[in-house]
Amino acid sequence: MSSTTTTPTALSQAGSVTGSVGRTLERAERKRPSLLRTYRKTFVPGGILLVFALTAIFAPWIAPYDPNALDMLNMLGDASWAHPFGTDQLGRDQLSRILYGGRVTLALSVVATIGTVVIGLLVGILAGYFGGRVDATISTILTVLLSLPSLLLTLAILGILGPSTSTLLVALIGAGWVGQARIFRAAILSLREQLYIDAAVSLGASSRRIVLRHLIPNLLTTVVVIATLDLGANILTVTSLSFLGLGVQPPTADWGTMLNDARQYFGQYPLLVIVPGACITLVALASNLLGDAIRDLVDVGHRG
Amino acid sequence: MGSYILRRATLAIPTLIFLTLAAFILTSASRGDPAEAALRAGGSEPTPEAIAAYREKLGLNDPLVIRYGRWVINLTQGDLGTSFLSGRPVSEIIGERLGPTLRLGIVAFVVSTIVGVGLGILFGLFPNSPLDVGGRVVSLFLAAIPSFWLALILIIVISEKLKWLPVAGYGGAKYLILPTIALACGPAASLMRFTRSSVIDVWRQDFVRTARAKGLPEWRLVFRHALPNALLPILTLLGLRFGQILAGAIVIESIFSWPGLGSTLLSSISGRDLPVIGAYVLITGISFIVVNLLTDVSYAVLDPRIKLGKGVSR
Repeated sequence: MSSTTTTPTALSQAGSVTGSVGRTLERAERKRPSLLRTYRKTFVPGGILLVFALTAIFAPWIAPYDPNALDMLNMLGDASWAHPFGTDQLGRDQLSRILYGGRVTLALSVVATIGTVVIGLLVGILAGYFGGRVDATISTILTVLLSLPSLLLTLAILGILGPSTSTLLVALIGAGWVGQARIFRAAILSLREQLYIDAAVSLGASSRRIVLRHLIPNLLTTVVVIATLDLGANILTVTSLSFLGLGVQPPTADWGTMLNDARQYFGQYPLLVIVPGACITLVALASNLLGDAIRDLVDVGHRG
Repeated sequence: MGSYILRRATLAIPTLIFLTLAAFILTSASRGDPAEAALRAGGSEPTPEAIAAYREKLGLNDPLVIRYGRWVINLTQGDLGTSFLSGRPVSEIIGERLGPTLRLGIVAFVVSTIVGVGLGILFGLFPNSPLDVGGRVVSLFLAAIPSFWLALILIIVISEKLKWLPVAGYGGAKYLILPTIALACGPAASLMRFTRSSVIDVWRQDFVRTARAKGLPEWRLVFRHALPNALLPILTLLGLRFGQILAGAIVIESIFSWPGLGSTLLSSISGRDLPVIGAYVLITGISFIVVNLLTDVSYAVLDPRIKLGKGVSR
């Protein structure tokens, strides 16, 4: 209450002392919101992802037990001080399995995301920058592949190669790059029209230089947004395929296989289902929110 | 109009060729020599000559193009090959499983469309009201929740604790409720988001303001001017929702022991039953192509701008 009454007088005093300089500064301040305000929407989802990433990386140091250690005296134990998330049907500590499982789930999703983005970017650049017959061929292939649900491609690849962790990655990347390639191709087509690209071309810059120094740096924000949103989608696909037994194979812990293990017991022991599912939801939600927040930031930047 | 439909249909031809090729490769790739396997099934150890003769009889020595042609001809006669696992014709297996999948899929499609579009209109007409904010939070969560987890939670709460509905199985309407909810939530949430932003966009347009300035009653603005324009783009999305439901059905069928195509596909992938996988890819792919063709054509019928032949190239 007291601050609201003192602020106007303090401001007017400052104004009379520093004159127009103070006012200009004040205006500049209002025009450009602080970094904290600009990025505030990224803090919570970014923080959630960071915590999950750290627990995954440091799982061997944090986890209280070996994730695959059996304890036949302690099967399907409820939450306790020794086992905060209880134990599963083989007496394995759920907390340790969540930590180690996060390592597997997150690593698979991140690698799949990087793979799809890199391949999508390469194909997009090839089609969008070089145009002509290359573009026509690539665009036809993209149209064909995009007119089928991507899960169908994933399943076809899994069907040919058989289910395992490495084929899961191949299938995810093999089906995922298509959508990315189309987005990056469109982005490059519009970038190519920019004057600075014309300038670089007329200065005699090589294709390699234009792609590496002009196109890719200008695509980076798009890449970050697409990759973040894609991460959320990949977490859901990885865990659902593992849940179905088509991905990570037991006894390796992964949030999807943990839910699959819990299927027979979940009626009596809901904790076995709630914790892994909540982790998946939280990470997917955080990636979606972070991607949206970054996209909003980038859009605002373009307008301003 | 006719030329538009024709042009749109020719676009589907390369996809169809790719699809049949993929399915052909899936069905004809097999573990070991199919001729040897077939002779071994007879009991005795086959001689190399017998195998060679049998290969000739099966047409396995012909060039790939001819085998593909023969496969397509068989396909038009409803012959999808024989399952490795059960030895039964694949068309018979698919025929048994198609009904339950269609039943679940169509119900989930209708429910998600009604709920998603209905709520989207409601929230779009009252943007940033408490109702809209609440709806947005719920849809954010529904987009992030894995459908199989939602299904497990529904079973824990509604079947195990409250004992209102059966846990799993195939039968009357009460068996259909939980799988439908689990399957419809994701598509409904994304439809709701698209409808909401489409309604907000249209509601801001000049023609709505003009209509209001003419003194039209609010309900007429909504039903006569805003909604027909706002819902048109949603139509093209329905085809994509169909794909989302097909994909979701695989997980949901397996959780609820629903005897559909999805659960058959799962056992075929773990059993490496390639002919069945190929048939699944072929059938769901073709139905996806047809649904999208139909939505695009109905879009053209409803939108006069496309009839003029302008702005059709996508």
